[in-house]
Amino acid sequence: MRPQDFSSGAVATKGAISIRNVTKIYDPDGAQVMAVDNCSMDIAPGEVCMIVGPSGCGKTTLLNAIAGFHSITEGEIILDGVTLCSPKQPLAGQSADRIVVFQNGALFPWKTLAENVAYGPMVQRRWPKAECLERARTALKEAGLGAVVDKYPGEVSSGMARRAEIVRALINDPKVLLLDEPYRAMDALTKQIMHEALLEMYDRTKVTIYFITHDLEEAIFLGDKVYVMTTRPCRVKKVIDINLPRPRDYTTLTTEAFRLLVKEADEAVHEEALKAFKAGEREMA
Amino acid sequence: MSAVTIDQPQTPPSKTFRRRSKFERAISSLGFWRGLAGILVFLVLWEAAAYLKATLDFTIPFFGKLPAPTLVAAAAAEVVVQPGYWWSWVESFKRVLGGFIIAMILGIPFGLALAVNKYFRDVFFPPFEILRPIPPLAWVPASLIFWPTNEMSIIFVTFLGAFFTIVINVLGGARTIDVRYLRAAQSMGANQWHLFSRIILPGTLPSIFTGAAVGMGITWNVVLAAEMVSGGGSQAGGGLGFFIWSSYMGGSMEHIIVGMISIGIAGYLSSALIRWLGERTMPWQRAF
Repeated sequence: MRPQDFSSGAVATKGAISIRNVTKIYDPDGAQVMAVDNCSMDIAPGEVCMIVGPSGCGKTTLLNAIAGFHSITEGEIILDGVTLCSPKQPLAGQSADRIVVFQNGALFPWKTLAENVAYGPMVQRRWPKAECLERARTALKEAGLGAVVDKYPGEVSSGMARRAEIVRALINDPKVLLLDEPYRAMDALTKQIMHEALLEMYDRTKVTIYFITHDLEEAIFLGDKVYVMTTRPCRVKKVIDINLPRPRDYTTLTTEAFRLLVKEADEAVHEEALKAFKAGEREMA
Repeated sequence: MSAVTIDQPQTPPSKTFRRRSKFERAISSLGFWRGLAGILVFLVLWEAAAYLKATLDFTIPFFGKLPAPTLVAAAAAEVVVQPGYWWSWVESFKRVLGGFIIAMILGIPFGLALAVNKYFRDVFFPPFEILRPIPPLAWVPASLIFWPTNEMSIIFVTFLGAFFTIVINVLGGARTIDVRYLRAAQSMGANQWHLFSRIILPGTLPSIFTGAAVGMGITWNVVLAAEMVSGGGSQAGGGLGFFIWSSYMGGSMEHIIVGMISIGIAGYLSSALIRWLGERTMPWQRAF
Protein backbone atom coordinates (compact mmCIF):
# COMPACT_ATOMS: atom_id res chain seq x y z
CA MET A 1 0.00 0.00 0.00
CA ARG A 2 1.14 3.51 -0.70
CA PRO A 3 -0.49 5.86 1.83
CA GLN A 4 1.01 8.96 0.19
CA ASP A 5 -1.39 8.44 -2.69
CA PHE A 6 -4.43 9.23 -0.62
CA SER A 7 -3.65 12.86 -0.04
CA SER A 8 -3.73 13.32 -3.81
CA GLY A 9 -6.44 10.68 -4.25
CA ALA A 10 -9.12 11.53 -6.76
CA VAL A 11 -12.60 12.46 -5.67
CA ALA A 12 -15.43 10.63 -7.33
CA THR A 13 -17.57 12.99 -9.37
CA LYS A 14 -18.98 10.75 -12.06
CA GLY A 15 -20.21 7.25 -12.67
CA ALA A 16 -23.58 7.16 -10.90
CA ILE A 17 -25.49 4.19 -12.22
CA SER A 18 -29.14 3.73 -11.63
CA ILE A 19 -30.64 0.40 -12.59
CA ARG A 20 -34.42 0.71 -12.41
CA ASN A 21 -36.72 -2.29 -12.53
CA VAL A 22 -34.72 -4.00 -15.22
CA THR A 23 -36.11 -7.23 -16.61
CA LYS A 24 -34.48 -9.36 -19.24
CA ILE A 25 -36.22 -12.21 -20.98
CA TYR A 26 -34.27 -14.36 -23.39
CA ASP A 27 -36.47 -15.78 -26.06
CA PRO A 28 -34.65 -18.50 -27.90
CA ASP A 29 -37.17 -20.44 -30.02
CA GLY A 30 -40.14 -19.07 -28.12
CA ALA A 31 -39.03 -20.64 -24.83
CA GLN A 32 -39.10 -17.55 -22.66
CA VAL A 33 -36.32 -17.62 -20.11
CA MET A 34 -36.34 -14.88 -17.54
CA ALA A 35 -32.74 -14.04 -16.68
CA VAL A 36 -33.26 -10.83 -14.72
CA ASP A 37 -36.50 -10.04 -12.90
CA ASN A 38 -37.34 -6.49 -11.90
CA CYS A 39 -33.90 -5.71 -10.62
CA SER A 40 -33.01 -2.30 -9.16
CA MET A 41 -29.73 -0.91 -7.87
CA ASP A 42 -28.43 2.55 -7.20
CA ILE A 43 -24.71 2.91 -7.44
CA ALA A 44 -23.16 6.15 -6.23
CA PRO A 45 -20.26 7.79 -8.07
CA GLY A 46 -17.02 6.08 -7.15
CA GLU A 47 -18.72 3.24 -5.36
CA VAL A 48 -17.23 -0.23 -5.46
CA CYS A 49 -20.25 -2.41 -5.99
CA MET A 50 -19.76 -6.15 -5.67
CA ILE A 51 -22.30 -8.55 -7.17
CA VAL A 52 -22.41 -12.01 -5.66
CA GLY A 53 -24.71 -14.81 -6.66
CA PRO A 54 -24.91 -18.42 -7.84
CA SER A 55 -23.52 -19.42 -11.25
CA GLY A 56 -25.77 -18.65 -14.18
CA CYS A 57 -28.04 -16.40 -12.14
CA GLY A 58 -28.00 -13.49 -14.58
CA LYS A 59 -25.34 -11.27 -13.03
CA THR A 60 -23.46 -11.14 -16.30
CA THR A 61 -26.65 -10.34 -18.21
CA LEU A 62 -26.93 -7.17 -16.19
CA LEU A 63 -23.29 -6.31 -16.84
CA ASN A 64 -23.77 -6.94 -20.56
CA ALA A 65 -26.77 -4.62 -20.53
CA ILE A 66 -24.74 -1.81 -18.94
CA ALA A 67 -21.87 -2.40 -21.38
CA GLY A 68 -24.19 -2.43 -24.37
CA PHE A 69 -23.55 -6.04 -25.40
CA HIS A 70 -27.09 -7.24 -24.69
CA SER A 71 -30.48 -5.57 -24.80
CA ILE A 72 -32.96 -5.37 -21.94
CA THR A 73 -36.68 -6.16 -22.02
CA GLU A 74 -38.05 -3.74 -19.43
CA GLY A 75 -36.88 -1.01 -17.09
CA GLU A 76 -34.05 1.40 -17.65
CA ILE A 77 -30.40 1.94 -16.90
CA ILE A 78 -29.22 5.48 -16.32
CA LEU A 79 -25.61 6.64 -16.17
CA ASP A 80 -25.00 10.14 -14.79
CA GLY A 81 -28.49 11.27 -15.74
CA VAL A 82 -28.33 9.90 -19.27
CA THR A 83 -30.57 6.95 -20.10
CA LEU A 84 -28.41 4.18 -21.55
CA CYS A 85 -31.17 1.77 -22.32
CA SER A 86 -34.90 1.51 -21.88
CA PRO A 87 -37.69 -0.34 -23.72
CA LYS A 88 -37.51 2.41 -26.36
CA GLN A 89 -33.84 1.78 -26.99
CA PRO A 90 -33.20 -1.68 -25.53
CA LEU A 91 -29.51 -1.89 -26.48
CA ALA A 92 -27.16 0.64 -24.88
CA GLY A 93 -24.65 2.27 -27.18
CA GLN A 94 -21.07 1.16 -26.61
CA SER A 95 -18.69 3.78 -25.42
CA ALA A 96 -15.38 4.15 -23.66
CA ASP A 97 -17.11 5.52 -20.56
CA ARG A 98 -17.96 1.91 -19.60
CA ILE A 99 -15.17 -0.60 -20.02
CA VAL A 100 -15.34 -4.31 -19.36
CA VAL A 101 -12.56 -6.49 -18.00
CA PHE A 102 -13.45 -10.02 -18.96
CA GLN A 103 -13.35 -13.29 -17.08
CA ASN A 104 -10.52 -14.83 -19.08
CA GLY A 105 -8.85 -11.60 -20.08
CA ALA A 106 -9.13 -10.01 -23.46
CA LEU A 107 -5.76 -8.41 -24.05
CA PHE A 108 -5.09 -8.61 -27.77
CA PRO A 109 -2.47 -11.33 -28.14
CA TRP A 110 -0.98 -9.69 -31.23
CA LYS A 111 -0.12 -6.44 -29.45
CA THR A 112 2.46 -5.79 -26.77
CA LEU A 113 1.21 -4.66 -23.36
CA ALA A 114 2.05 -1.03 -24.19
CA GLU A 115 0.25 -1.27 -27.55
CA ASN A 116 -2.71 -2.87 -25.82
CA VAL A 117 -2.95 -0.06 -23.29
CA ALA A 118 -2.52 2.57 -26.01
CA TYR A 119 -5.28 0.99 -28.11
CA GLY A 120 -8.23 2.93 -26.68
CA PRO A 121 -6.70 6.43 -26.88
CA MET A 122 -5.36 5.58 -30.34
CA VAL A 123 -8.68 4.60 -31.88
CA GLN A 124 -10.35 7.54 -30.17
CA ARG A 125 -7.57 9.82 -31.48
CA ARG A 126 -7.17 11.41 -28.07
CA TRP A 127 -3.49 12.11 -28.49
CA PRO A 128 -0.97 11.64 -31.29
CA LYS A 129 0.13 8.04 -31.70
CA ALA A 130 3.56 8.46 -30.09
CA GLU A 131 2.02 10.18 -27.10
CA CYS A 132 -0.55 7.39 -26.68
CA LEU A 133 2.27 4.86 -26.48
CA GLU A 134 4.28 7.03 -24.13
CA ARG A 135 1.34 7.48 -21.78
CA ALA A 136 0.62 3.75 -21.96
CA ARG A 137 4.17 2.99 -20.89
CA THR A 138 3.94 5.45 -18.03
CA ALA A 139 0.64 4.01 -16.87
CA LEU A 140 2.03 0.47 -16.96
CA LYS A 141 5.09 1.59 -14.99
CA GLU A 142 2.85 3.16 -12.35
CA ALA A 143 1.07 -0.17 -12.03
CA GLY A 144 4.37 -1.93 -11.44
CA LEU A 145 4.60 -3.42 -14.92
CA GLY A 146 7.53 -1.35 -16.16
CA ALA A 147 9.65 -4.40 -16.91
CA VAL A 148 7.18 -6.01 -19.29
CA VAL A 149 5.78 -3.09 -21.32
CA ASP A 150 7.15 -4.50 -24.57
CA LYS A 151 6.18 -8.12 -23.94
CA TYR A 152 3.25 -9.82 -25.61
CA PRO A 153 0.40 -11.00 -23.36
CA GLY A 154 1.39 -14.62 -24.00
CA GLU A 155 4.78 -13.92 -22.47
CA VAL A 156 3.63 -12.61 -19.08
CA SER A 157 1.86 -14.27 -16.14
CA SER A 158 -1.91 -14.17 -15.91
CA GLY A 159 -1.66 -11.83 -12.93
CA MET A 160 0.39 -9.33 -14.90
CA ALA A 161 -1.94 -9.65 -17.88
CA ARG A 162 -4.99 -8.94 -15.75
CA ARG A 163 -3.34 -5.94 -14.14
CA ALA A 164 -2.38 -4.63 -17.58
CA GLU A 165 -5.96 -5.08 -18.68
CA ILE A 166 -7.20 -2.89 -15.86
CA VAL A 167 -4.59 -0.29 -16.84
CA ARG A 168 -5.87 -0.54 -20.42
CA ALA A 169 -9.38 0.17 -19.18
CA LEU A 170 -8.46 3.02 -16.84
CA ILE A 171 -6.37 4.94 -19.38
CA ASN A 172 -9.64 5.73 -21.16
CA ASP A 173 -10.78 7.53 -18.03
CA PRO A 174 -14.06 5.59 -17.91
CA LYS A 175 -16.97 6.44 -15.67
CA VAL A 176 -17.51 2.81 -14.79
CA LEU A 177 -15.24 -0.21 -14.72
CA LEU A 178 -17.17 -3.42 -15.31
CA LEU A 179 -15.33 -6.49 -14.04
CA ASP A 180 -16.67 -9.96 -14.76
CA GLU A 181 -14.96 -12.35 -12.36
CA PRO A 182 -11.54 -11.12 -13.42
CA TYR A 183 -9.61 -13.14 -10.84
CA ARG A 184 -11.60 -16.32 -11.05
CA ALA A 185 -8.90 -18.73 -12.14
CA MET A 186 -6.17 -17.39 -9.87
CA ASP A 187 -4.66 -18.97 -6.82
CA ALA A 188 -5.31 -17.33 -3.46
CA LEU A 189 -1.87 -15.74 -3.17
CA THR A 190 -1.98 -14.10 -6.61
CA LYS A 191 -5.53 -13.00 -5.94
CA GLN A 192 -4.44 -11.21 -2.81
CA ILE A 193 -1.82 -9.25 -4.75
CA MET A 194 -4.37 -8.48 -7.48
CA HIS A 195 -6.78 -7.15 -4.87
CA GLU A 196 -4.23 -4.82 -3.37
CA ALA A 197 -3.21 -3.60 -6.82
CA LEU A 198 -6.85 -2.97 -7.72
CA LEU A 199 -7.50 -1.09 -4.48
CA GLU A 200 -4.41 1.00 -5.10
CA MET A 201 -5.62 1.88 -8.61
CA TYR A 202 -9.08 2.57 -7.27
CA ASP A 203 -7.79 4.97 -4.66
CA ARG A 204 -5.98 6.86 -7.40
CA THR A 205 -8.91 7.09 -9.81
CA LYS A 206 -12.06 6.65 -7.72
CA VAL A 207 -13.79 5.12 -10.70
CA THR A 208 -17.15 3.44 -10.12
CA ILE A 209 -16.64 -0.32 -10.08
CA TYR A 210 -19.22 -2.97 -10.90
CA PHE A 211 -17.55 -6.22 -9.97
CA ILE A 212 -19.04 -9.69 -10.39
CA THR A 213 -17.61 -12.47 -8.28
CA HIS A 214 -18.30 -15.79 -6.62
CA ASP A 215 -15.83 -15.15 -3.89
CA LEU A 216 -17.48 -13.66 -0.79
CA GLU A 217 -14.27 -12.66 0.92
CA GLU A 218 -13.15 -10.93 -2.24
CA ALA A 219 -16.46 -9.09 -2.37
CA ILE A 220 -16.24 -7.87 1.21
CA PHE A 221 -12.55 -7.03 1.06
CA LEU A 222 -12.92 -4.86 -2.05
CA GLY A 223 -16.45 -3.51 -1.90
CA ASP A 224 -18.39 -0.61 -0.49
CA LYS A 225 -21.57 -2.55 -1.01
CA VAL A 226 -22.18 -6.21 -1.65
CA TYR A 227 -25.30 -7.15 -3.59
CA VAL A 228 -26.31 -10.73 -3.00
CA MET A 229 -28.42 -11.90 -5.94
CA THR A 230 -31.03 -14.61 -6.04
CA THR A 231 -30.77 -17.62 -8.30
CA ARG A 232 -32.37 -17.32 -11.73
CA PRO A 233 -34.27 -15.11 -12.38
CA CYS A 234 -31.82 -12.60 -10.94
CA ARG A 235 -33.14 -10.25 -8.25
CA VAL A 236 -31.43 -8.37 -5.43
CA LYS A 237 -31.78 -10.54 -2.37
CA LYS A 238 -29.75 -8.52 0.07
CA VAL A 239 -27.55 -5.46 0.11
CA ILE A 240 -24.75 -5.43 2.64
CA ASP A 241 -22.98 -2.17 3.42
CA ILE A 242 -19.30 -2.70 3.99
CA ASN A 243 -18.14 -0.12 6.46
CA LEU A 244 -14.59 -1.34 6.75
CA PRO A 245 -12.27 1.67 6.73
CA ARG A 246 -10.09 2.35 3.69
CA PRO A 247 -7.26 1.95 2.90
CA ARG A 248 -7.63 -1.77 3.44
CA ASP A 249 -4.84 -4.29 3.27
CA TYR A 250 -4.37 -7.94 4.11
CA THR A 251 -4.59 -7.24 7.84
CA THR A 252 -8.24 -6.24 7.26
CA LEU A 253 -8.94 -9.89 6.47
CA THR A 254 -8.32 -10.94 10.04
CA THR A 255 -10.39 -8.28 11.82
CA GLU A 256 -13.53 -9.14 13.74
CA ALA A 257 -15.64 -6.75 11.66
CA PHE A 258 -14.57 -8.51 8.46
CA ARG A 259 -15.37 -11.90 9.91
CA LEU A 260 -18.87 -10.82 10.95
CA LEU A 261 -19.59 -9.41 7.49
CA VAL A 262 -18.50 -12.66 5.88
CA LYS A 263 -20.83 -14.54 8.19
CA GLU A 264 -23.75 -12.27 7.35
CA ALA A 265 -23.18 -12.55 3.63
CA ASP A 266 -22.49 -16.25 3.78
CA GLU A 267 -25.93 -17.05 5.16
CA ALA A 268 -27.67 -15.20 2.34
CA VAL A 269 -25.45 -16.66 -0.36
CA HIS A 270 -25.62 -20.18 0.95
CA GLU A 271 -29.40 -20.22 0.79
CA GLU A 272 -29.33 -19.14 -2.85
CA ALA A 273 -26.55 -21.54 -3.74
CA LEU A 274 -28.63 -24.35 -2.32
CA LYS A 275 -31.65 -23.29 -4.37
CA ALA A 276 -29.55 -23.06 -7.51
CA PHE A 277 -28.11 -26.49 -6.84
CA LYS A 278 -31.55 -28.05 -6.36
CA ALA A 279 -32.85 -26.33 -9.49
CA GLY A 280 -29.88 -27.78 -11.34
CA GLU A 281 -30.72 -31.21 -10.03
CA ARG A 282 -34.30 -30.84 -11.24
CA GLU A 283 -33.09 -29.84 -14.70
CA MET A 284 -30.86 -32.88 -14.79
CA ALA A 285 -33.61 -35.24 -13.69
CA MET B 1 39.58 -17.45 -18.67
CA SER B 2 40.50 -16.80 -15.07
CA ALA B 3 38.47 -18.20 -12.23
CA VAL B 4 35.50 -16.13 -11.21
CA THR B 5 36.06 -14.43 -7.89
CA ILE B 6 33.39 -13.75 -5.35
CA ASP B 7 33.75 -9.99 -5.26
CA GLN B 8 33.20 -9.58 -8.97
CA PRO B 9 30.04 -7.58 -9.62
CA GLN B 10 27.19 -9.89 -10.38
CA THR B 11 25.71 -9.37 -13.81
CA PRO B 12 22.38 -10.81 -14.84
CA PRO B 13 22.77 -14.09 -16.73
CA SER B 14 21.07 -12.65 -19.80
CA LYS B 15 24.10 -10.42 -20.26
CA THR B 16 26.84 -12.90 -19.58
CA PHE B 17 25.47 -15.68 -21.77
CA ARG B 18 24.95 -15.09 -25.44
CA ARG B 19 21.76 -16.68 -26.63
CA ARG B 20 22.82 -19.44 -29.00
CA SER B 21 21.56 -19.29 -32.54
CA LYS B 22 18.85 -21.61 -33.75
CA PHE B 23 21.40 -23.56 -35.78
CA GLU B 24 23.74 -24.02 -32.81
CA ARG B 25 20.88 -25.19 -30.63
CA ALA B 26 19.74 -27.60 -33.34
CA ILE B 27 23.09 -29.32 -33.82
CA SER B 28 23.73 -29.59 -30.12
CA SER B 29 20.47 -31.44 -29.47
CA LEU B 30 20.36 -35.21 -29.30
CA GLY B 31 17.23 -35.24 -31.45
CA PHE B 32 19.14 -33.77 -34.37
CA TRP B 33 21.76 -36.53 -34.28
CA ARG B 34 19.13 -39.23 -33.94
CA GLY B 35 17.43 -37.83 -37.04
CA LEU B 36 20.71 -37.82 -38.93
CA ALA B 37 21.39 -41.40 -37.84
CA GLY B 38 17.93 -42.38 -39.10
CA ILE B 39 18.65 -40.98 -42.54
CA LEU B 40 22.06 -42.70 -42.68
CA VAL B 41 20.62 -46.07 -41.66
CA PHE B 42 17.95 -45.69 -44.32
CA LEU B 43 20.56 -44.93 -47.01
CA VAL B 44 22.81 -47.81 -45.95
CA LEU B 45 19.91 -50.30 -46.05
CA TRP B 46 18.86 -48.99 -49.43
CA GLU B 47 22.43 -49.30 -50.76
CA ALA B 48 22.74 -52.83 -49.36
CA ALA B 49 19.43 -53.87 -50.88
CA ALA B 50 20.56 -52.66 -54.29
CA TYR B 51 23.65 -54.88 -54.12
CA LEU B 52 21.85 -58.04 -53.00
CA LYS B 53 21.66 -59.22 -56.61
CA ALA B 54 25.40 -58.98 -57.11
CA THR B 55 26.37 -60.45 -53.76
CA LEU B 56 23.68 -63.02 -52.86
CA ASP B 57 21.95 -63.44 -56.20
CA PHE B 58 18.67 -62.40 -54.60
CA THR B 59 16.49 -59.37 -55.27
CA ILE B 60 13.70 -57.99 -53.15
CA PRO B 61 10.56 -58.12 -55.30
CA PHE B 62 9.68 -54.77 -56.93
CA PHE B 63 12.18 -52.81 -54.84
CA GLY B 64 15.04 -54.55 -56.58
CA LYS B 65 14.52 -52.26 -59.54
CA LEU B 66 15.60 -49.25 -57.51
CA PRO B 67 19.06 -47.92 -58.33
CA ALA B 68 21.49 -47.68 -55.42
CA PRO B 69 21.72 -44.29 -53.72
CA THR B 70 25.33 -43.97 -54.89
CA LEU B 71 24.17 -44.31 -58.50
CA VAL B 72 21.48 -41.69 -57.87
CA ALA B 73 24.12 -39.40 -56.36
CA ALA B 74 26.33 -39.91 -59.42
CA ALA B 75 23.41 -39.05 -61.71
CA ALA B 76 22.65 -36.01 -59.58
CA ALA B 77 26.25 -34.80 -59.77
CA GLU B 78 26.04 -35.06 -63.53
CA VAL B 79 22.68 -33.29 -63.71
CA VAL B 80 23.34 -30.33 -61.43
CA VAL B 81 26.02 -28.92 -63.74
CA GLN B 82 23.55 -28.74 -66.62
CA PRO B 83 21.66 -25.44 -66.92
CA GLY B 84 18.59 -27.29 -68.21
CA TYR B 85 18.08 -28.91 -64.81
CA TRP B 86 18.09 -25.54 -63.07
CA TRP B 87 15.72 -24.14 -65.65
CA SER B 88 13.29 -26.88 -64.56
CA TRP B 89 13.51 -25.47 -61.06
CA VAL B 90 12.94 -21.95 -62.28
CA GLU B 91 9.98 -22.99 -64.42
CA SER B 92 8.28 -24.91 -61.61
CA PHE B 93 8.93 -22.21 -59.04
CA LYS B 94 7.55 -19.59 -61.37
CA ARG B 95 4.33 -21.55 -61.74
CA VAL B 96 4.02 -22.43 -58.07
CA LEU B 97 4.67 -18.89 -56.91
CA GLY B 98 2.54 -17.39 -59.66
CA GLY B 99 -0.49 -19.53 -58.85
CA PHE B 100 0.13 -19.26 -55.14
CA ILE B 101 0.48 -15.48 -55.04
CA ILE B 102 -2.65 -14.96 -57.15
CA ALA B 103 -4.47 -17.35 -54.80
CA MET B 104 -3.35 -15.31 -51.79
CA ILE B 105 -4.26 -11.99 -53.40
CA LEU B 106 -7.76 -13.18 -54.30
CA GLY B 107 -8.31 -15.73 -51.53
CA ILE B 108 -7.57 -13.63 -48.44
CA PRO B 109 -10.00 -10.77 -49.27
CA PHE B 110 -12.59 -13.27 -50.49
CA GLY B 111 -12.33 -15.31 -47.28
CA LEU B 112 -12.49 -12.18 -45.12
CA ALA B 113 -15.50 -10.89 -47.04
CA LEU B 114 -17.25 -14.23 -46.53
CA ALA B 115 -16.46 -14.03 -42.83
CA VAL B 116 -17.58 -10.48 -42.09
CA ASN B 117 -20.55 -10.00 -44.40
CA LYS B 118 -23.60 -12.20 -44.06
CA TYR B 119 -25.10 -11.22 -47.43
CA PHE B 120 -21.85 -11.89 -49.23
CA ARG B 121 -21.63 -15.27 -47.49
CA ASP B 122 -25.22 -16.18 -48.34
CA VAL B 123 -24.63 -15.51 -52.03
CA PHE B 124 -21.09 -16.72 -52.62
CA PHE B 125 -20.57 -19.54 -50.16
CA PRO B 126 -22.86 -22.14 -51.82
CA PRO B 127 -21.22 -21.96 -55.27
CA PHE B 128 -17.82 -21.91 -53.57
CA GLU B 129 -18.69 -25.06 -51.66
CA ILE B 130 -19.80 -26.81 -54.85
CA LEU B 131 -16.60 -25.96 -56.69
CA ARG B 132 -14.29 -26.67 -53.75
CA PRO B 133 -14.48 -30.49 -53.71
CA ILE B 134 -13.48 -30.73 -57.37
CA PRO B 135 -9.83 -31.83 -57.35
CA PRO B 136 -7.62 -29.26 -59.11
CA LEU B 137 -6.42 -31.93 -61.53
CA ALA B 138 -9.97 -32.45 -62.75
CA TRP B 139 -9.75 -28.88 -64.04
CA VAL B 140 -6.74 -29.65 -66.24
CA PRO B 141 -8.49 -30.72 -69.46
CA ALA B 142 -11.03 -27.90 -69.27
CA SER B 143 -8.41 -25.27 -68.54
CA LEU B 144 -6.17 -26.55 -71.35
CA ILE B 145 -9.05 -25.84 -73.71
CA PHE B 146 -10.10 -22.63 -72.02
CA TRP B 147 -6.81 -20.81 -71.60
CA PRO B 148 -4.89 -19.74 -74.69
CA THR B 149 -1.53 -21.10 -73.57
CA ASN B 150 -0.47 -24.21 -71.66
CA GLU B 151 1.48 -21.98 -69.30
CA MET B 152 -1.66 -20.12 -68.32
CA SER B 153 -3.60 -23.32 -67.76
CA ILE B 154 -0.88 -24.71 -65.51
CA ILE B 155 -0.84 -21.53 -63.44
CA PHE B 156 -4.63 -21.61 -63.33
CA VAL B 157 -4.86 -25.11 -61.85
CA THR B 158 -2.05 -24.28 -59.47
CA PHE B 159 -4.02 -21.24 -58.38
CA LEU B 160 -7.11 -23.37 -57.80
CA GLY B 161 -5.14 -25.79 -55.64
CA ALA B 162 -4.14 -23.04 -53.23
CA PHE B 163 -7.21 -20.81 -53.52
CA PHE B 164 -9.84 -23.09 -51.94
CA THR B 165 -7.59 -24.03 -49.04
CA ILE B 166 -6.66 -20.43 -48.31
CA VAL B 167 -10.27 -19.23 -48.45
CA ILE B 168 -11.51 -21.97 -46.13
CA ASN B 169 -8.75 -21.26 -43.62
CA VAL B 170 -9.24 -17.50 -43.69
CA LEU B 171 -12.98 -17.90 -43.31
CA GLY B 172 -12.62 -20.32 -40.41
CA GLY B 173 -9.99 -18.17 -38.71
CA ALA B 174 -11.92 -14.93 -39.02
CA ARG B 175 -15.17 -16.51 -37.85
CA THR B 176 -13.65 -18.01 -34.72
CA ILE B 177 -12.02 -14.84 -33.38
CA ASP B 178 -12.99 -14.62 -29.74
CA VAL B 179 -15.95 -12.27 -29.32
CA ARG B 180 -14.25 -10.83 -26.22
CA TYR B 181 -11.63 -9.16 -28.42
CA LEU B 182 -14.30 -7.55 -30.57
CA ARG B 183 -16.28 -6.42 -27.54
CA ALA B 184 -13.21 -5.08 -25.77
CA ALA B 185 -12.22 -3.12 -28.88
CA GLN B 186 -15.73 -1.78 -29.37
CA SER B 187 -16.07 -0.67 -25.78
CA MET B 188 -12.79 1.26 -26.15
CA GLY B 189 -14.25 3.17 -29.06
CA ALA B 190 -13.16 1.19 -32.12
CA ASN B 191 -15.20 1.80 -35.27
CA GLN B 192 -15.96 -0.80 -37.94
CA TRP B 193 -12.72 -0.13 -39.81
CA HIS B 194 -10.63 -0.47 -36.62
CA LEU B 195 -12.39 -3.70 -35.79
CA PHE B 196 -11.48 -5.07 -39.19
CA SER B 197 -7.93 -3.80 -39.51
CA ARG B 198 -6.76 -4.14 -35.92
CA ILE B 199 -8.74 -7.11 -34.62
CA ILE B 200 -10.08 -9.32 -37.37
CA LEU B 201 -7.05 -9.07 -39.63
CA PRO B 202 -4.33 -9.77 -37.04
CA GLY B 203 -6.63 -12.33 -35.39
CA THR B 204 -6.89 -14.16 -38.71
CA LEU B 205 -3.16 -14.06 -39.52
CA PRO B 206 -2.36 -17.42 -37.92
CA SER B 207 -5.08 -19.05 -40.03
CA ILE B 208 -3.85 -17.22 -43.12
CA PHE B 209 -0.41 -18.74 -42.63
CA THR B 210 -1.83 -22.18 -41.92
CA GLY B 211 -3.81 -21.92 -45.14
CA ALA B 212 -0.73 -20.70 -46.97
CA ALA B 213 1.40 -23.60 -45.71
CA VAL B 214 -1.20 -26.21 -46.69
CA GLY B 215 -1.93 -24.40 -49.95
CA MET B 216 1.75 -24.31 -50.83
CA GLY B 217 1.93 -28.09 -50.43
CA ILE B 218 -1.06 -28.51 -52.72
CA THR B 219 0.38 -26.18 -55.38
CA TRP B 220 3.47 -28.38 -55.63
CA ASN B 221 1.28 -31.47 -56.05
CA VAL B 222 -0.75 -29.77 -58.71
CA VAL B 223 2.06 -28.12 -60.64
CA LEU B 224 3.95 -31.40 -60.97
CA ALA B 225 0.98 -33.29 -62.24
CA ALA B 226 0.02 -30.47 -64.60
CA GLU B 227 3.53 -30.36 -66.01
CA MET B 228 3.44 -34.08 -66.68
CA VAL B 229 0.07 -33.88 -68.37
CA SER B 230 0.74 -30.85 -70.53
CA GLY B 231 4.14 -32.18 -71.59
CA GLY B 232 7.26 -30.33 -72.61
CA GLY B 233 6.14 -28.84 -75.86
CA SER B 234 7.30 -25.57 -77.23
CA GLN B 235 4.88 -23.34 -75.38
CA ALA B 236 5.08 -24.80 -71.90
CA GLY B 237 8.63 -25.92 -71.49
CA GLY B 238 10.11 -28.06 -68.78
CA GLY B 239 9.58 -27.83 -65.10
CA LEU B 240 10.49 -30.48 -62.55
CA GLY B 241 7.36 -32.48 -63.37
CA PHE B 242 8.41 -32.66 -66.98
CA PHE B 243 11.96 -33.51 -65.88
CA ILE B 244 10.63 -36.63 -64.15
CA TRP B 245 8.32 -37.46 -67.01
CA SER B 246 11.04 -37.20 -69.63
CA SER B 247 13.38 -39.26 -67.41
CA TYR B 248 10.66 -41.89 -67.35
CA MET B 249 10.33 -41.73 -71.13
CA GLY B 250 14.09 -42.04 -71.39
CA GLY B 251 14.01 -45.01 -69.01
CA SER B 252 16.45 -43.53 -66.48
CA MET B 253 15.47 -44.57 -62.99
CA GLU B 254 18.34 -42.60 -61.47
CA HIS B 255 17.09 -39.38 -63.04
CA ILE B 256 13.54 -40.03 -61.93
CA ILE B 257 14.78 -40.26 -58.35
CA VAL B 258 16.93 -37.15 -58.75
CA GLY B 259 13.79 -35.34 -59.92
CA MET B 260 11.76 -36.66 -57.01
CA ILE B 261 14.33 -35.58 -54.45
CA SER B 262 14.56 -32.17 -56.14
CA ILE B 263 10.83 -31.74 -55.64
CA GLY B 264 11.18 -32.74 -52.02
CA ILE B 265 13.81 -30.06 -51.53
CA ALA B 266 11.81 -27.46 -53.48
CA GLY B 267 8.72 -28.16 -51.39
CA TYR B 268 10.74 -27.94 -48.19
CA LEU B 269 12.24 -24.61 -49.24
CA SER B 270 8.80 -23.24 -50.03
CA SER B 271 7.32 -24.16 -46.68
CA ALA B 272 10.44 -22.91 -44.89
CA LEU B 273 9.90 -19.59 -46.64
CA ILE B 274 6.30 -19.45 -45.41
CA ARG B 275 7.31 -20.38 -41.87
CA TRP B 276 9.96 -17.67 -41.93
CA LEU B 277 7.47 -15.09 -43.17
CA GLY B 278 4.99 -16.24 -40.53
CA GLU B 279 7.49 -15.75 -37.72
CA ARG B 280 8.38 -12.30 -39.00
CA THR B 281 4.75 -11.24 -39.40
CA MET B 282 3.48 -12.67 -36.12
CA PRO B 283 6.13 -12.04 -33.46
CA TRP B 284 3.59 -12.74 -30.70
CA GLN B 285 3.29 -16.35 -31.82
CA ARG B 286 6.86 -17.02 -30.69
CA ALA B 287 5.68 -16.62 -27.13
CA PHE B 288 3.69 -19.84 -27.27
